[in-house]
Amino acid sequence: MANVRLRNIRKNYGKVEVIKGVDIDINDGEFVVFVGPSGCGKSTLLRMIAGLEDITDGTLEIDGTCVNDLEPSKRGIAMVFQSYAIFPHMTVRENVAFGLTIKKASKAEKEKKVAEAARILQMENLLDRRPSELSGGQRQRVAIGRAIVRDPKVFLFDEPLSNLDAALRMDMRMEIGKLHQDLGASMIYVTHDQVEAMTLADKIVVLKDGQVMQTGAPMELYHEPANLFVAGFLGAPSMNFMDVTVNAVNDTTVAVSNPSLDRIEVPHKGRPFTVGQTATLGVRPQYLQPAGDGAGKLHGKVILTERLGSETVIEVVLADGSKIIAALAEDSIQSPGTAANFDFDPNRAHIFPETR
Amino acid sequence: MAAITQDNHGLRLIMRYVVLTLIAIIFMFPLVFMVMSSFKPDLQLLRDTSSIRAFLPVGDLSFDNYRDASSRVPIGTFVFNSVLVTGVTVLLSLLACSLAAFSFVFLNWKGRDVLLSIILATLIVPFETIAIPLLLLVSQMPWIGLEGFQVGWLNTYRVQIIPWIADGLTIFLFVQYFKDLPRDLIEASRVEGASWLQIYLKVVMPLAGPVIATAAILKFLVMYNQYLWPLIVVQQETYRPVMVGLQYFFQLNTAWGEIMAYLTIITVPVLAFYLVLQRAFIASIASTGVKG
Repeated sequence: MANVRLRNIRKNYGKVEVIKGVDIDINDGEFVVFVGPSGCGKSTLLRMIAGLEDITDGTLEIDGTCVNDLEPSKRGIAMVFQSYAIFPHMTVRENVAFGLTIKKASKAEKEKKVAEAARILQMENLLDRRPSELSGGQRQRVAIGRAIVRDPKVFLFDEPLSNLDAALRMDMRMEIGKLHQDLGASMIYVTHDQVEAMTLADKIVVLKDGQVMQTGAPMELYHEPANLFVAGFLGAPSMNFMDVTVNAVNDTTVAVSNPSLDRIEVPHKGRPFTVGQTATLGVRPQYLQPAGDGAGKLHGKVILTERLGSETVIEVVLADGSKIIAALAEDSIQSPGTAANFDFDPNRAHIFPETR
Repeated sequence: MAAITQDNHGLRLIMRYVVLTLIAIIFMFPLVFMVMSSFKPDLQLLRDTSSIRAFLPVGDLSFDNYRDASSRVPIGTFVFNSVLVTGVTVLLSLLACSLAAFSFVFLNWKGRDVLLSIILATLIVPFETIAIPLLLLVSQMPWIGLEGFQVGWLNTYRVQIIPWIADGLTIFLFVQYFKDLPRDLIEASRVEGASWLQIYLKVVMPLAGPVIATAAILKFLVMYNQYLWPLIVVQQETYRPVMVGLQYFFQLNTAWGEIMAYLTIITVPVLAFYLVLQRAFIASIASTGVKG
């Protein structure tokens, strides 16, 4: 177990800068998830921590030691790859013990550690099989087992669940969460799936174009997104955005409106606004409540209703032609073409100076 | 409906077997002719060529041709020489070329791609164009062996082996195969602490079975069929391989039965080698699209 500290980490491929000065602190035993759209540099960053990519600039410390120039195997890390990367010509036992075999560990030590990993991952019965005889989830277990026996200071996971089907993904997600509880090791996990990020992380790092957009606890990011990107990236269905005009600004709030939205006052949280500018208002679909005829703050017309059982999602078109989504209680079915009026708590809305 | 489909399927299967059997018979003809003729006296052999009897074990059959052929030239020595030279070259070639390809694919070093291009360019140079310069080179090459220091490699096994160890085609085959191996396997090995040599020995080579078989068979055929090179660098019977021996045998006499006996003997190692690697070879043709 260890702290991991990234300071002004940069990565260039030729003239192209893919990681643009990243600072991240990962505390002992913390589960940190790097999340972002594809191409944001999250996997590159993980591979730099693993030592599989050179660090162009900046320092990477694991447990207080600068490891920039250390070989991957000397960094005290273990990595689980997206493709599992288990050796097809070896049995599960040989795969799990591979690192120990390389280290020339004694037979007794190997057996003890493999048995321990197999017990934790409940795969005792698979040890003598070959990878070709295993399902996707079982292969993933073998890859995790290989990481466990190395007793690493930091576990690195590179999109470990993306090759699994939806049901299995949920099971494995829970298992990885449980593994973190049992082992208490520091873990860094890369995913593009915000559900995985929200469910697993102690801390989420949202990345975009090689830069950190926001770092924080999952609910902190969910409730207090620092910018438009984070607001739109986390949460399902994703946050509704509307272009609004700023009517007035005071110390704590900003008054905004648009043709579909009555004037409301939203906390600006210190962000700068000027009267008359166009800004973006964000409201999560779950926070919209249906209001009666002529009531409510937000007015539009229903274009689509989706019944999901536990909730009903309706799509609404606003006066300016933009669309929003409302996640309502299961019985709030509204037929397309009818007028839709919504109320919401302005304190739960977010206002951003930038436009989409 | 189902019955019709079934019949169609059965008919197509029969047709397929008929066609394949015909092709197999056509390919078998020369071999069967060779083996049958090797048991027949010359007169009968020539008389039989005008009929189907050429392919049948009929008439006066004996091992006389084998006895006479081996009393005329040391066939055993020729076969031994060829098998030794071929076997050692194939093994060393697999080792050297796979190591070279490993370096080209997995290691980063300056000039790597340029050097690989140059090596691949050698594929278009016919051996005949470099035979004489190579002859001059090996005739002046120094060597330190059990007998001490010598100059000149002519009339040895090594002159038949060493120039043939490294070749562009074998390197190319390994490079292509290694490129298709998942990168993650190599990176996982590095994270687990394996050295490059350990990655080569424990991860890459155990997964290279099909390409090893392909490269081995292609190299085997080239080496076993060597003619021009041994003809010019080996004058002594002691080091002569089978193909040069065949020419030598041909010049001594034109007893067809004995020639067929000689040919039958030298075909045995090729068939044996092919049978051993047959499965891997077919798998590799299917997976790499390279054929021998």
